[in-house]
Amino acid sequence: MSASEVQTFTPREFHRQAHDALGNPQIRANFRKAMDGLMAKRRDVFSDWDLETLRELGANIRLRALAKLPDLLERLETNCQANGIQVHWAENGDEACRIIREICQRHGAKAVIKGKSMVSEEMHLNAHLEEAGIEALESDLGEYLVQLNEQTPSHIIMPAIHLNTDEISDIMHAKTGTERTRDVDYMTAAARAQLRERFMAADVGISGVNFAVAETGTLCLVENEGNGRMTTAVPPVHIAVTGIEKVVEHLRDVPPLYALLTRSATGQHVTTYFNMISSPRKLGEHDGPNEVHLVLVDSGRSNIYQDDELLDTLRCIRCGACMNHCPVYTRVGGHTYGTTYPGPIGSILMPHMMGLEATKDLPTASSLCGACGEVCPVKIPIPDLLVRLRREAVGEGRGNVPGAGVKRTKKEVAAWKGFQWLATHPGAWRSSTAIVGKLQALMPSKLGPWTEYRTAPKPAKVSLHALVKQHKAKRHQVEKADGEERS
Amino acid sequence: MSARDNILKRLRERTDGPLTAPQSDFAVVTGRGWSQQERVARFERWITSVHGEVIHTSRDDWTATLAKLLEAKGIRRLALGREHPVAVEARAALAEGEVVLIDADRNIETWRHEQFHDTDAGLTSTHGAIAETGSLWLWPTPDEPRLLSLVPPIHIAVLDADTIEDTFFDVVEAHGWAGGMPTNALLISGPSKTADIEQTLAYGVHGPRELVVLLRHAEDRP
Repeated sequence: MSASEVQTFTPREFHRQAHDALGNPQIRANFRKAMDGLMAKRRDVFSDWDLETLRELGANIRLRALAKLPDLLERLETNCQANGIQVHWAENGDEACRIIREICQRHGAKAVIKGKSMVSEEMHLNAHLEEAGIEALESDLGEYLVQLNEQTPSHIIMPAIHLNTDEISDIMHAKTGTERTRDVDYMTAAARAQLRERFMAADVGISGVNFAVAETGTLCLVENEGNGRMTTAVPPVHIAVTGIEKVVEHLRDVPPLYALLTRSATGQHVTTYFNMISSPRKLGEHDGPNEVHLVLVDSGRSNIYQDDELLDTLRCIRCGACMNHCPVYTRVGGHTYGTTYPGPIGSILMPHMMGLEATKDLPTASSLCGACGEVCPVKIPIPDLLVRLRREAVGEGRGNVPGAGVKRTKKEVAAWKGFQWLATHPGAWRSSTAIVGKLQALMPSKLGPWTEYRTAPKPAKVSLHALVKQHKAKRHQVEKADGEERS
Repeated sequence: MSARDNILKRLRERTDGPLTAPQSDFAVVTGRGWSQQERVARFERWITSVHGEVIHTSRDDWTATLAKLLEAKGIRRLALGREHPVAVEARAALAEGEVVLIDADRNIETWRHEQFHDTDAGLTSTHGAIAETGSLWLWPTPDEPRLLSLVPPIHIAVLDADTIEDTFFDVVEAHGWAGGMPTNALLISGPSKTADIEQTLAYGVHGPRELVVLLRHAEDRP
């Protein structure tokens, strides 16, 4: 897709979008190249680690945080407030947008600068602020490019991974007047210059949070570019927005998760910056924001929390390793999913946020090869959760997922009931398989989507049951003859 | 009921009942047992692998190394603190030279434009470093504020070799971070970088283009 043709994507059109993406050699090449590189880098960076033990610890830290979630959220709130950070709670994205807008308006903000935050994407914060006449500018280079191109991120860690150097050069040329070039250093320097002016002029900085530490009231941000530090230190007001599941209990829980996050995400042994914020500017300090706000967003998370199996979804530390290793994601790309979080984690998370009516195809966008579960740094059993959501979609789940049963049809239910009766009544089973065998020739060769890529199954002339019976009868005769000969 | 109360109520009245919290064993992130030489070697290997520059020097002679570095890089305007011994020694050594020394311990509102546009480098002390990842540990202060290590295009950090520790976990535990966190605590591992344009690594996207570590050893190295 070029800079000029801007498309919108929706999970309702997953199949059509997947079809289009598969037919786009540029998209396929961009993702293949990037994902191959990321997989190799991750493998190398973990090579001298006891990875299984580290993953076990990561999973265990996240489970402990979830087990104590309501208490830890209260503790986080108390400690943040004691440090001077103002804490806000939002039931959903709209409420979070309103809280953030009101803080901006209270300060008469005209322009906000943003660090990378997937939660803000989830709630479409930029559009909300712009409707209120507040300009929201992304400062992470990938997010900035995606915003210039009027798109959404196609990967949670590398937002512009769907674009190659030439496409980015075209976008920057068209939108900012830079020279057309393949020189990445030139383009990076140009973006630096453009954004530095904006950092200085911004009234409010908005960031996400990677880990929120309950014990100390500390917000941790992981990044390479320095835009996160700029966003949280240059403007006079900093608003951090995060999902309620991002809290961890102790400060010592952070080093193992950080070690897992950077290595799993991009194969880096560490990121350039680990930025830990515990308070606004104190008396006598010379920089940093005078106000720091933390907005805790639920948006369906407390609903996921109700169910022992689905709960594992909330362990996620947003590294993106599951998408980097997913054969489906690599082929169709991030936009095809039409959701804020694409790939395997998106397929198990978005149905809770958007309901299964809109996202019913996502849990089936997997071959269940198991790669996502194997690389997950906190051992989320993603394939099991995909299967669980498939069950929920046909109405066989336990009813925690919004839109459960959306794929349930009377025909299918009747068919399975009939099959169940047949399979538990041996006489009827035998006579019906015998009939099917005799009518073999009438079997249609086209069976809808199944036969688009496969040959139609053909019932055997004689059923396995009948064959075994014949075989037994024959052996009995031979044994009988043998016995007569010997005597 | 407020959003806060609703959310906490839903979490507390969980359908599948209360959860049991597992115990955690942190052995995998500690107990490296490296020698001082190994720590220095690992720190240097990792930070240089991400474009950081390490210059070995001594406690007694480091300001001469600094002066040479400023000359080599053409740094004319250096921002630094006034109270930390690193800043005090640097100021004493550079007082007679041509490099303009900019006071960093001023409210940012009074010198933002100067910091963004007319400062060639920032000089900071460090609290220590981490061998396993090649990371510097900084706790910005009123004397050496947060933006001093971020906004100028070159960051010069002064590190004592004997303050390098094995792992991040070791640092957090040994120094009792949980007992009192500063406004801002930072780990810095190399200059600012991005790979957002087709996975091609580029340095100096928002923060410093260069990070130079003046690694001070207690005695002169051979």
